[in-house]
Amino acid sequence: MKVKVKLFALLEDYLPVGARNNEVEMEVVAGTTAAAIVKRLNLPAELCHLVLLNGNYLEPGERGSRPLAADDVLAIWPPIAGG
Amino acid sequence: MGWTRKVLRVNLSKGTCASEPLNMEWAQKYLGQRGLASRYLVEEVNPKVDPLSPDNKMFFATGPLTGTAASTGGRYSVITKGALTNAIACSNSGGYFGAELKMAGWDMVIVEGKAKKPVYLLIQDDKAEVRPADHLWGKSVWETDALLKSEHHEPQMRISAIGRAGESGVMYACIVNDLHRAAGRSGVGAVMGSKNLKALAVRGTQGVKVHDFPKFMQAVTAGKKVLAANAVTGQGLPAYGTQVLMNVINETGALPTRNHRDVQFEGAGRISAEAMREKRVTDGKANLVRNQACFGCTIACGRISQIDKTHFTVANNPKYWGAQGGLEYEAAWALGAATGVADLEALTYANYLCNEQGMDPITFGTTVGAAMELFEMGVLTTKETGGVELKFGSAEALTKLAEVTGMGEGFGKEIGLGSKRLTEKYGHPELSMSVKGQEFPAYDGRGIQGIGLAYATSNRGACHLRGYTIASEILGIPEKTDPLVSAGKAGLVKAFQDATAAVDSSGLCVFTTFAWTLDDIAPQIDGACEGGWTAARLLEMGERIWNMERRFNLDAGFTAKDDTLPKRLLKEAAKTGPAKGKVNDLGKMLPEYYKLRGWSPEGVPTNETVTRLAL
Repeated sequence: MKVKVKLFALLEDYLPVGARNNEVEMEVVAGTTAAAIVKRLNLPAELCHLVLLNGNYLEPGERGSRPLAADDVLAIWPPIAGG
Repeated sequence: MGWTRKVLRVNLSKGTCASEPLNMEWAQKYLGQRGLASRYLVEEVNPKVDPLSPDNKMFFATGPLTGTAASTGGRYSVITKGALTNAIACSNSGGYFGAELKMAGWDMVIVEGKAKKPVYLLIQDDKAEVRPADHLWGKSVWETDALLKSEHHEPQMRISAIGRAGESGVMYACIVNDLHRAAGRSGVGAVMGSKNLKALAVRGTQGVKVHDFPKFMQAVTAGKKVLAANAVTGQGLPAYGTQVLMNVINETGALPTRNHRDVQFEGAGRISAEAMREKRVTDGKANLVRNQACFGCTIACGRISQIDKTHFTVANNPKYWGAQGGLEYEAAWALGAATGVADLEALTYANYLCNEQGMDPITFGTTVGAAMELFEMGVLTTKETGGVELKFGSAEALTKLAEVTGMGEGFGKEIGLGSKRLTEKYGHPELSMSVKGQEFPAYDGRGIQGIGLAYATSNRGACHLRGYTIASEILGIPEKTDPLVSAGKAGLVKAFQDATAAVDSSGLCVFTTFAWTLDDIAPQIDGACEGGWTAARLLEMGERIWNMERRFNLDAGFTAKDDTLPKRLLKEAAKTGPAKGKVNDLGKMLPEYYKLRGWSPEGVPTNETVTRLAL
């Protein structure tokens, strides 16, 4: 199945070849979690601060246990803020 | 110390300047800047005063840490009754002007009356003088800055000025210092213009003394280490600035779009922090040139940008080809998502114009958004707009209106009214996305419940900086709360509001609180000032300030009915994203908020609360 992964701010550097506009479509097997995506893209764990699944915050405890569904959108940011 | 203990009182009607001692009893209760100047305002200004009358006063106030070695210690605020809102106004600015004023030896400048002809205030350390400004009237902020420095042969002079917007009665005119830092909101520049006061020009060489130097430096050094080690203040903000939020808030479905008709903007990525760093096809350069710090700041979140010289807005106007301030998140959102414009260069240009002529880009952009909706409804036509096809998404319309509004010309005069007055004039007040006359910033109260309550109860009208619950609801600072849940948000809003009021009274930037708590700030204040300052004392003081501001607004004629949100946020559900189907639950949160505040069901501080806070 396919999922969309978006990486922003300092994580931009980890976007794989073929990524456009901060996002890339990835082919994953059933049961893949957000943590598995983080590992596959070699993202430093300490930079994966804000993780949104379809716009909803994914608690740290869910990132390694909740399987992604087809067409899910996973967006990840390092610690950031603004105002 | 920390305080200079001196106040400069300027009477523009008489053309006089006089030094008077700072009220130290009040300084111990309200610290400085926002709190202390508001105390002076309450004492000296009738809450029912017409903001644009000579009887209104302006307070340019520093905090005890302004001009010291404390990180971000360069802030000053302008306190007055707001032209846009008719409520208490407190607009906070960075840059270098505040520190210069403090080093000239003044905690505060009080401006009263109205000059018969345009004037500017010259402050050179202890000397102050009201001078004619006929030659400056009609000039932009940028021109005024250059002229005054040249005239006084003083390149290190710091200028805080209004542009043509403030002269021509744009109700949300701001006061710009150091070319692109601004006391931006609530129309403080319109008040300054009504007094015929063009600028404050300051040179200060006296430094700032602190109470206990070793103790102060120990606390300041510890604070700087915390900022440097924190991923947000040490890495995220310097690299990406506040603009990093554009994609975050869009993904969470809380990016108000096209006058809040939508909550997600398809063009968000093209106007984001990430887009500012991308190399352009046209010239191979990025919009972002570098970051910039205000006085004493070790975060440096500011953006310096350079526009594409081939862009239609500036192709024939080299004046705008140099590097300038912006875009910051709020301006990029208001000029972009709120109007549906996804042209980064056009937003950059419109933001330059806001800085050049001195107007708040948040209210300007959102007012254009409201006008675009009126245009699409057929209420406004090209007859009213002077031929401008005012359609959502039109970069041409946005930039044209920025030009004429900044100059106070044509349809720009109507845009200069702000969205409340504009939509009322054309029979659709429900289309003004504002509270107490001030437009929303860049977060939608349907997708982020707590910020909706913060807007509804903000003492200066809709504002994110009076209680930035986004930190908790979206960013997880200090701890994550669910943005879609309203339960518990009353307490969260109150906590943020009280703490922020304390920080805003210190001379520090509120962005430090992404890393610091009041436990980090209190030792710095305690080192600088006598009096035994603790975090608990600061928090209580913040609550006192909040209630004092509330009392001023109640006496000005505001009631609990004004603690509300536009119908669009209360009745029209979000169409997409995580908040799809949701409205803001203000009705559930507000009664609890009043109760936690110690206010009656009518939103009035009870006698017990007034006594407890020693108001």
